[in-house]
Amino acid sequence: MPNCARVPGVGETIQSVERAAAILRLLASGHRQLGVAELARAMGLPKGTLHGILRTLVHVGFVEQDQATGKYRLGATLLHLGSSYLDVNELRTRSINWADALAGRSRESAWIGTLHEGHVLVIHHVFRPDDSMQTLQVGTYLPTHASALGKVLLAHDPYAEPPAPPLHPHTKRTLVEPAALEAELDRVRARGWAAEMEELTEGEVAIAAPIKDRRGIVVGAIGIRGAVERLAPGETLNMEFVSYVRDAARAITRDLAR
Amino acid sequence: MPRPHYVAAIDQGTTSSRCIVFDQAGHIISVAQREHRQIFPRPGWVEHDADEIWQAVRGVLEEAVSGAGIEDAQIAALGITNQRETTVLWERATGRPVCPAVVWQDTRTDALTRALAEHEGLFKERAGLPLATYFSGPKIRWLLDAYGLRERAERGEVLFGTMDSWLLWNLTGRHLTDVTNASRTMLMNIHTLAWDDELLAALGVPRAMLPEIRPSAEVYGHTAAGVPVAAALGDQQAALFGQTCFAPGEVKSTYGSGSFLLMNTGQEPVVSKHGLLTTVGYRIGDGPATYALEGAIAVTGSLVQWLRDNLGLISSAAEIETLARTVDDNGGCYFVPAFSGLFAPHWRADARGVIAGLTGFVNKGHIARAVLEATAWQTREVVDAMNADSGLDLTTLRADGGMTADNLLMQTLADVLAVPVIRPMVAETTALGAAYAAGLATGYWPDLDSLRANWHKAAEWRPAIDESTREREYRNWKKAVARTLGWVEQEG
Repeated sequence: MPNCARVPGVGETIQSVERAAAILRLLASGHRQLGVAELARAMGLPKGTLHGILRTLVHVGFVEQDQATGKYRLGATLLHLGSSYLDVNELRTRSINWADALAGRSRESAWIGTLHEGHVLVIHHVFRPDDSMQTLQVGTYLPTHASALGKVLLAHDPYAEPPAPPLHPHTKRTLVEPAALEAELDRVRARGWAAEMEELTEGEVAIAAPIKDRRGIVVGAIGIRGAVERLAPGETLNMEFVSYVRDAARAITRDLAR
Repeated sequence: MPRPHYVAAIDQGTTSSRCIVFDQAGHIISVAQREHRQIFPRPGWVEHDADEIWQAVRGVLEEAVSGAGIEDAQIAALGITNQRETTVLWERATGRPVCPAVVWQDTRTDALTRALAEHEGLFKERAGLPLATYFSGPKIRWLLDAYGLRERAERGEVLFGTMDSWLLWNLTGRHLTDVTNASRTMLMNIHTLAWDDELLAALGVPRAMLPEIRPSAEVYGHTAAGVPVAAALGDQQAALFGQTCFAPGEVKSTYGSGSFLLMNTGQEPVVSKHGLLTTVGYRIGDGPATYALEGAIAVTGSLVQWLRDNLGLISSAAEIETLARTVDDNGGCYFVPAFSGLFAPHWRADARGVIAGLTGFVNKGHIARAVLEATAWQTREVVDAMNADSGLDLTTLRADGGMTADNLLMQTLADVLAVPVIRPMVAETTALGAAYAAGLATGYWPDLDSLRANWHKAAEWRPAIDESTREREYRNWKKAVARTLGWVEQEG
C-alpha cells in the first residue's frame, strides 16, 4: 500500500480539527486560562498531541499564551472574527480630528473613502481652508480606477476584482488598460500610497494612503485633492504632501488599534 | 533663529483634564489627557476630589509640553477653561480642600433652591439666572451648613472658588476668578460685574470667602516654571471665543452630552423673556464685557449613549447614523428626552421623557431618527428663543463638539433651523478659545482679527426640506413636548 496522507471521504471528519475546536470551546467556557496539563486532563489526550495543536492555534492567532504563567487563552484574532465590519460612521468619528489636521497642514481639501459596490463612497470631506464656496461631497461616489482613494482601496481589497473593462476615460490621462491599472496597483502596494495625476479631472491631482484596522486590514483610504500647480508643480509630485497624507493615515490607523 | 513659541490651554472638564498646545495658526501640536473619578455618594449627588483634579492638571500640563518636544520657556502663555459652576471650598492657610467639590450636575440643593422662590425675581434681574440646582451659590450655602464652615468662611479662613479659581490659586497663589465663571454663581451682579450684597444675603454666603473678580484675559501671575497664566473662561464661553463669535448676533452651538448655544449680544446684558440665561461671554483686559445669551439643553448626545447603553440598539454612538439611515423618515415618531426635566427654554423640572406617535409601523430605525431629530428640534426651540430675545435672526449656526461627526444630524439641524450649519476646522474650540484669550493677553496674537483669520470652514450643510414639511414636523414636536409636562408630582 502506497504511503500517502489519507484524504477523508464524504461524511468523514478530520480528527485534529475536531480537537482544535474542542480546545477553543474549553478556553471559551470560562474566564480562566488553562495550562497544557489541565487541557490534557479535560480532553483525555497526551500532552504531546495537545502541544502540536496549541502551537498551530497560537500561530494563526486564535489562541494566546500568557507570558508569565505559560497558560493559554483565546486570542484577539478569534475575538474579532465575527466583527470584521467597521461602520463607516464610526470610521468618520475616529478620523475627524486627523482629517482636519491634514486639511490644515496641506491647505487642501481632505477626503476619506471606502469601497461600496465597486465604487469609492466618500464618507468624509473637509473643505480646503480658504473659505471659498465649496459643497460637501459626503455620500457621493468616485470611480475606483481614476481616483487616488480608489487605487489604494483596490490595491488592498482581499476580494478585489479589477473593475470590468471598458474602463471609462475621464480624461486623456485616465488608466483605461487593465494591464496598466494592474501595474499601477502593484506600485501602490509596494510604496504604500497612491497618486492620481489629472486622471479624473484635468488640472487636479490627488494623493491617498490606506487606513488599517487593528488586524492590519485596510478599511478605508484618506487623501487630499487639489490643483496640479500646488500639489505637483512642473508635473512632479511634491513629496511633502505625500508625507502629510501618510502621517494622517498612520495616525488614524494607530487610533483604530487602540 | 529664535525658537518658535506656542500657547497652551488647560481644559478642566467634567470627566477629564486635558492640556493642548497650539501654534500661531491655531493648529494642535500636542494633547495630553487624564480622567478623574466621578464620586456618587447618593442618587442625585455628584462629587469631585479637587486635589485629584489639581494633580491631573499638573500632570497633563507637563505631558503636553514635553509631548510637543518643547520647553516651558517656549510657552508664551497658558489659558484655562473649565467645567462651570462646580464648587470647591478650601483652607487659605494650607490650600487643602475642606470638603468634596460639588459638581454642576448635582441636585442636592433642590429643596434649598425651591425655598428661595421668593427671591426668584431678584436672581433673574441681578444675576441673570433662573433658580436652579445647577449654579454655585446654593452649593456653597449647602456646604457651609453641612460642614459647619460658616464662621471660618466669615473670617476668610475658608475660601470658595469654581475650578478656574482653584487652578489659579494652585498655579499662581492668588485667589481670583474670571468674570464668566463668576456669572454662573448667582452671586455676581451681571450689570456691575461685582459681588452683590443682596444676592449674598439671599443665599447666606459671606463675602470674605469670595475670590476677586478679574477679566477673562490678563496676566494673573506666573507658574513655578515662569509661564504667564493669562486667561480663564468657563467652557462654553471659551467655545464661543474659540469659534471667534466676536460680533453681536453670532451664535455657536456645542454638541456634547448636553448642548449649549451661546449668542454674542454685545456690550449690554439682555435679560431673557424666553427662558435663556444672561451670562458674560468674555472680557479682555480693561475692555468692556461682552455679554451672551445662553440656551442650555440637558440631554442631546447622552440620549444617543442611552440608546447604546440602556437599550443596546447600537454598539457605538456613531452607529446611530447608520441605524437612522435604514429608514427615510421618523415614521411619525418623536422622542423628547426630558430625563431630568426640560432645560432651556422650558425650565420644567416636572417633565419626564416620552416617545410619542408610536404605531405598529415604527421600528428601531425610526427611533434612531427620532433620537437625532430630538437634538435638532431642541436646538430649534432655543434658537427661536434667542431670535425673540435679541431681535436678531440667526443666519448661520456654527456647530462644534463630538456630535458634529454625525452628518445626518448636521443635515437635520440645517433642515429644521432653515439656515446653513457650519463646522469649523478645529473641533477643539473650547481649548482653542482659552488659548486665544491667553495669547491675546500676552501679545502672542495682536488682535481679534488675527484670530478670525485662523477660523476656517471645514464643512457646511444647507437646508434641504420645504417649509410645509418643516412646519408640520415642528408642530408634531411641540405636541410631543406638551406630553412630557406635569409628569412628576411635587413632593410636600
